[in-house]
Amino acid sequence: MSDRDDDKSHWLDHSGNVNKLVWTLVGFGALLFIADAFYDKHAHFSAEGYFGFYAIVGFFTFIGIVLAGKQLRKILMRPEDYYDE
Amino acid sequence: MMSEFNPGLIMIIGGFLVPLVPGLARRALLLGLPVAGMVYTIALDPGTLVTSTFFGYSLETLRVDKLSLVWGYIFHIAAFLGALYAIHEDDRLQGTMAQIYMGSAVAAVFAGDLITLFVFWELTAVSSVFLIWATGSERSYRAGMRYLIIQVGSGVLLLAGAILILNDTGSITFNHIGIETLGGKLIFLAFGIKCAFPFLHNWLQDSYPEATVTGTVILSAFTTKLAVYALARGYAGTEILIYIGATMTAFPVFFAVIENNLRRVLAYSLNNQLGFMVCGIGLGSELALNGTASHAFAHILYKALLFMSMGAVLFRAGTVNASALGGLYKSMPWTAGFCIIGAMSISAFPLFSGFVSKSMVLMAAAEQHRWIVWAVLIMASAGVMEHSGIKIPYFAFFAHDSGRRVKEAPKNMLWAMGIAAFLCIGIGVYPAPLYAILPYPVDYQPYTTAHVITSLQLLVFAALAFVYLIKSGLYPAETPSVNLDFDWVYRRVLPKLVRAFIAVFGPIDRGLRSAALSGIGWVMTATKRYSSADGMMAKTYPAGSMVAWVLILLAVYLVFYFIG
Repeated sequence: MSDRDDDKSHWLDHSGNVNKLVWTLVGFGALLFIADAFYDKHAHFSAEGYFGFYAIVGFFTFIGIVLAGKQLRKILMRPEDYYDE
Repeated sequence: MMSEFNPGLIMIIGGFLVPLVPGLARRALLLGLPVAGMVYTIALDPGTLVTSTFFGYSLETLRVDKLSLVWGYIFHIAAFLGALYAIHEDDRLQGTMAQIYMGSAVAAVFAGDLITLFVFWELTAVSSVFLIWATGSERSYRAGMRYLIIQVGSGVLLLAGAILILNDTGSITFNHIGIETLGGKLIFLAFGIKCAFPFLHNWLQDSYPEATVTGTVILSAFTTKLAVYALARGYAGTEILIYIGATMTAFPVFFAVIENNLRRVLAYSLNNQLGFMVCGIGLGSELALNGTASHAFAHILYKALLFMSMGAVLFRAGTVNASALGGLYKSMPWTAGFCIIGAMSISAFPLFSGFVSKSMVLMAAAEQHRWIVWAVLIMASAGVMEHSGIKIPYFAFFAHDSGRRVKEAPKNMLWAMGIAAFLCIGIGVYPAPLYAILPYPVDYQPYTTAHVITSLQLLVFAALAFVYLIKSGLYPAETPSVNLDFDWVYRRVLPKLVRAFIAVFGPIDRGLRSAALSGIGWVMTATKRYSSADGMMAKTYPAGSMVAWVLILLAVYLVFYFIG
């Protein structure tokens, strides 16, 4: 593969296409959320039975983890050569 | 007919032949040994037991049962993939040590007693460190040393525990041990070190990213999963493991978010995956132990696949720092594709391997009504989606284009990744063969409407959260950095304490020693003065003078007697 091939324009290089992907994901998420109305969940715990439980947990846990990680950096982050004497 | 032997010996003994064989034949040997081992393992019947006597103790050098066979199979598959991934290298030392390492992991799994286990346990440590040292840098040398000390230490604890158990029970057979006795506690600690329990975990994140491109792939499969096997054998149903496991699933997630070196992100992710297995061992039900065994099987494949893809990036781009990568899908499309399959497998998307294995552990936790543990595992699953599902492929292959234009990975690496990816999907789509080899009969159906939809909800909404964080600019930028973890204690604090100790007690010690030396010097001079040829002590005195001295002493004595 030559360098010229690599530098040709790729589908993902266009922000319009990235937006298409994002909106597809949003649409898929909406469908999954609504799907909760149409099946029996066999919940082991009462909270698990709430409408959209897994979607809500997935979304907010993810955000919580990343934001907590950001705070953690303030304590733990050091320059790259920290351990090199 | 020849009696059966431990299948691990095929790769161990074969490994020693590797440096003696030239060129193409060596490559055939490197690939052929795992295949031969696998064929032999498949032919072994559960229930086979081979014992030999050693100094009056009966050693079970081969014990085959359903539990050991699961690990026997997957270790051979991983060994073949690892050897194929590394076949372009012409490094005899690494090739030899990798075979010995992989063989001893297999041999340890089929060991029926604690002493045989100990021997191969230590052999995995001593052989695998060469995969770290082979990088050839000062940094890898030091990381390898720390790794070796900790791994060998684990073996020493195992031996000490085995001796105590032998004293207590008169038997060294490796079955359920439990943490009630001191020996049981020591062995628990030995296994815990190798399994990267919290606070004992840092050797993993410290050493694996320093190993060679191919070495890390091989390391990722064996050491920690051998520990999982050993825990499942010796400590199934030990309640504390539930909490240790749940903690392991949770805390590495935060470190993985902020870590810049993507191979270290994978090491944290490995630690988090071990948590699910350890939790299953603690839960101890048949469903949970099946979950642990199947998750170990699936995990070895997708984790090796992820390490292979990041290894290929390191091999071609010269770095795996997220801050220096991005846009590599343009020049490494196959590697990117395989990486995404690994990422979807570890995240447990339906039709991928993690989906059919991890959920058994979650189900087992729910069945025991342990809702806190269950909630931690669910949240940790969203965390897996963050660091391995999205972060790894996104920052390496997409994100902002770093402008790097490299060659696609070598053919052998692509084949190894391709086979691993095929197996990840194969297990996800058709889990029946995996379920058939699990230690207990499987009464579990992963593909229910509820399981598919709830899993997709969790993962898709986690992905939407990622999109939101990126679009809003809240996602932390990748920056060149290191993050402190528990290894800070023994890499920074302890050396500082030792130095401070030396600074304070050094002068005192020096003073005492010079005082002692001058004291000795004085004694020596005095001895010399009095005992040399003409010294007082060396003179010969006539017998008469001796009698005179006796008389004087008697006189003095009499005087005192009368006075008294």
